Amino acid sequence: MKSLIDILELSEQEIMELVNTAGDIIDHPAEYAHKCDGKILATLFFEPSTRTRLSFESAMLSLGGKVLGFSEAKSSSAAKGESVADTVRTVSCYSDIIAMRHPKEGAPLVASMHSLVPVINAGDGGHNHPTQTLTDLLTIHREMGRFENLTVGLCGDLKFGRTVHSLVSAMSRYPGVRFVLISPEELKLPRYVKEQYIKAKNIPYTQSTDLEAVMPELDILYMTRVQRERFFNEEDYLRLKDSYILTPDKLRGAKESLRILHPLPRVNEISVAVDSDPRACYFKQVQYGKYIRMALILKLLELK
Amino acid sequence: MIIDSIQNGIVIDHITAGKSMELYQILGLDQLDCTVAILKNVTSGKLGCKDIIKIDREMDLDWDLIGYVDPSITVNIIRDGKLVEKRTLKLPERIRGVLKCKNPRCITSVEQELPQEFVLTDREKRVYRCRYCETQAGK
Repeated sequence: MKSLIDILELSEQEIMELVNTAGDIIDHPAEYAHKCDGKILATLFFEPSTRTRLSFESAMLSLGGKVLGFSEAKSSSAAKGESVADTVRTVSCYSDIIAMRHPKEGAPLVASMHSLVPVINAGDGGHNHPTQTLTDLLTIHREMGRFENLTVGLCGDLKFGRTVHSLVSAMSRYPGVRFVLISPEELKLPRYVKEQYIKAKNIPYTQSTDLEAVMPELDILYMTRVQRERFFNEEDYLRLKDSYILTPDKLRGAKESLRILHPLPRVNEISVAVDSDPRACYFKQVQYGKYIRMALILKLLELK
Repeated sequence: MIIDSIQNGIVIDHITAGKSMELYQILGLDQLDCTVAILKNVTSGKLGCKDIIKIDREMDLDWDLIGYVDPSITVNIIRDGKLVEKRTLKLPERIRGVLKCKNPRCITSVEQELPQEFVLTDREKRVYRCRYCETQAGK
């Protein structure tokens, strides 16, 4: 029995299989409408994340399965002090597959060690969120037709953004990929991420504080939010915040084939005026998130 | 200074100078009722200066733990005054129950009886990370 805790547990071949299955679901949704008849997905959300939970639930319902679960810790037995191990031992008797979100890092791994059914990590603190990365990968592949030979720009909070770290680790496995890391000094990609996934593989990369200057190089622009609370002083935040807000003006030098991604929710880091630009993909990305979760559920339940 | 050789026991040799007390504590040698000699700053041709621990009886040792504290260590097993086994150590792939994860957001901070476990992620730089949250040991 297999679970998914970290994106790197999936080989490039397995990711390609998931991407292909998701593509087939997009093309022939009716053929998948009853694949999970009689199956139950448990969504154990120890912290609220409406978007991710609904994506999982919509995925399972679209496969003909059913869902049960809770959406915050206070409505679970965790509020009484039950361990993750005991909760998952119990819930795995009621379900065929579990999607777990937990504020403590490593909780889904602990769950997978005690569960009778596959566990999907739906986000554990600032650590992993593999189905977001799968969503990002499916979006890139659907929009660009490949993972190889792409210049991937990552912009905003590269220090604390777990989606950025996961995407770097996942994309670093494909040949011809180049990274452009765009952030204020204070929020640069952590050294260990750079060393482990970029330098160790001799992947070309550049660092910049100027989004507009590097825009013409990019095939993918992955936006994240620069948050006020990440800065030591207000002055620095006010000085820098607008540099990392994407507007139609900043897109002037961009390629026509550029694709703009964002893990959402967006606050103000992408101007609403960009939404109508054909290069904006972040709402399509939400849709792709459901399809890749459908593909993942099928894979982990070993259903064709 | 002369310390007698032992007849039956263990000599933990080539300890990096200054690390013998850490090893003494971590291996729980203070719990033994036999003679244990700690030699500090012994002149060594190989290391310049080293520590040595002599234990006057045979016992099971946690090789992974010793390797983690100091992979340059050599362990000699002595029986009837003769060297019967010489073991060189290396950094273990995993360490259980020794280090504690300092990340307050790690599941080990709340989950009952979950063993602390660290995984070697960079042998060259001796980097261990928590199995659960991947925080670097000591950070």
